[in-house]
Amino acid sequence: MADFSKANTAVHPSEAEGVVREPLVLNNRSLGWITDRICGIVENRQPLIWWVLFVPSVALFGCLLFTLVYLVSTGVGVWGNNQPVAWGWAIVNFVFWIGIGHAGTLISAILFLTRQKWRTSVNRASEAMTLFAVMCAGIFPGFHVGRFWMVWFLAPVPNSNGIWQNFKSPLLWDVFAVSTYFTVSVIFWYIGLIPDLATLRDRAKGIAKKLYGFFALGWRGGNRQWRHYEMGYLLLAALSTPLVLSVHSVVSFDFATSVVPGWHTTIFPPYFVAGAIFGGFAMVLTLMLPVRKLYGLEDLITAKHIDNMAKIILLTGTIVGYAYIMELFISYYGANKFETDAFHLRILSGPYTWAYYCMFFCNVIAPQVFWFKFCRHNLWIVFIIVNFVNAGMWFERFVIIPTSVARDFLPGQWGYYSPSWVEKLMFLGTFGMFMMLFLLFLRFLPVIAVAEVKGVLPESDPHYHDWKHLREKRRGAAK
Amino acid sequence: MSNSSSSSNELFGYVAEFSSASDLYHAAEKIRDAGFRRWDVHTPFPVHGMDHAMGLGKSWLSAIVLGGGATGSILALFLQFFTQVTLYPTVVQDKPTNLFTIPAFFPVTFELTILLSAFATVFGLLALIMLPRWNHPLFNSPLFAKFSNDGFILVIEARDPKFKREKTRELLTEIGAGKIEEVNY
Repeated sequence: MADFSKANTAVHPSEAEGVVREPLVLNNRSLGWITDRICGIVENRQPLIWWVLFVPSVALFGCLLFTLVYLVSTGVGVWGNNQPVAWGWAIVNFVFWIGIGHAGTLISAILFLTRQKWRTSVNRASEAMTLFAVMCAGIFPGFHVGRFWMVWFLAPVPNSNGIWQNFKSPLLWDVFAVSTYFTVSVIFWYIGLIPDLATLRDRAKGIAKKLYGFFALGWRGGNRQWRHYEMGYLLLAALSTPLVLSVHSVVSFDFATSVVPGWHTTIFPPYFVAGAIFGGFAMVLTLMLPVRKLYGLEDLITAKHIDNMAKIILLTGTIVGYAYIMELFISYYGANKFETDAFHLRILSGPYTWAYYCMFFCNVIAPQVFWFKFCRHNLWIVFIIVNFVNAGMWFERFVIIPTSVARDFLPGQWGYYSPSWVEKLMFLGTFGMFMMLFLLFLRFLPVIAVAEVKGVLPESDPHYHDWKHLREKRRGAAK
Repeated sequence: MSNSSSSSNELFGYVAEFSSASDLYHAAEKIRDAGFRRWDVHTPFPVHGMDHAMGLGKSWLSAIVLGGGATGSILALFLQFFTQVTLYPTVVQDKPTNLFTIPAFFPVTFELTILLSAFATVFGLLALIMLPRWNHPLFNSPLFAKFSNDGFILVIEARDPKFKREKTRELLTEIGAGKIEEVNY
């Protein structure tokens, strides 16, 4: 016999009196119900609203393709960025999208390592969101280099003149960080999908069975497979955790290692990482609140999940607010004239102060309502606040990038930047691409990790019945 | 086998269904104690503690991943030192182009360590669990297919030296199996 039976408490942790934990899956749903409900989304016809969202998303994606073709065929001058603001919306949007991805990895990796079992209901969709967001992000620096067909210069191969990349440049670090991040995220997502693809395979017929079967790789769910699988999953989580922290740190190095006033600060890496997680969770909720309602997943993505995510938004939002204030304090306390002026221009007299206050309100003030339980449980309030956060995080990157370079050391170099219609349409187009990919994901893949959710049910614990039995015995003895 | 088909009569093994994770766990302990070698339990999710119940040790995938990570670090350091110090030294931002450049090389070294570790994880994992394998005798069994929904399945292969057609079936019934199915190659 296993030594578990010798444990000295006679109640299962989920049943201990006085410690009432909300169940992760409501209404005592069975394993079969979970399979049917999640696989049913893929197997049944999509609701009308799916098409209502899908068609405009494809249209916007078409706009993206159009603007990209226009940009390549005409030249990067169709964008509004020029000297002194060489990094316009392109880099703002890059940092915005890459930041959104971070919540997916946080949920899948960091919450896995910290044994936060509630992650199982939201990790699949968040990881999908990560991948699509990183794809959107990659477009911008790729085309920002000007000659898209020369992008291969970023890869560590010498060009025809024998010139090698400069590995001391943070921009090259960024290439490595983002491409590693994308690759590892794809691997993590796919490994997580294998058991669920097998579930879909065993339910499907015809060509769908062949396709799901192909990607399920012949998964048989034997414990001799699971034990390596679990180790692999744990290792990927352990690898992704420092990776996700590194990616946005490296993105922040693009700014922090330069000498531009407003960029040259040591607070950037932690501030960027907190902001990325903050913005990413907002996007997770933006997507999951409608999905949960639309597909009837209220028993799987419960009020507890939304509550937890709102609390993370509150925490990271407050960290971000601290960073904003600390930046201001250091610019004053550091007594560096250029820094002081940069922040003076940023908050008082510069051309973009409106953006600073938009950012500050959306990111720091608005999420404070999540201190109140009522606000965390009212889905409309949550939805509105997270959209403030989505906008606020975009403004944060806008505040950092153009305001700093539009006003650097010499007044003779000062300028103003506003985006052209191509940049605006391209940014909208990436939203179309993001939504299109996410809707296709909803259509073809299980939106919730079926195998993982089954594993967190109380009866999935092999000692569930032992605990129950022991408790009854103890109660009997007490009488 | 050249003429393998589901209708051939050679027995692959028994597929037995249990009613819950608990029952399967206790059944696994008994099969382990009976000394079987070629058997497995198939579950919709990884059952906590099942490695212990089956008498399996810790997965050594981590060793493969360590190898992958070490390769990544060495490769990245080599790539950067060789190109930046020997092949094409670029003097920018007043940074040295010698051994002391190493702080600037940390980010890429870190990323490649992670990248190659992740590759080692996925390919090592697939090698250890012997996938992809799209064809398997167990896929002939409708009872087995329940594993991916809500079935708790125990499979004993006929190749096991302890396997006896009658006795093993009796053992399975005795330890609480519900349905038992014979699966052929």
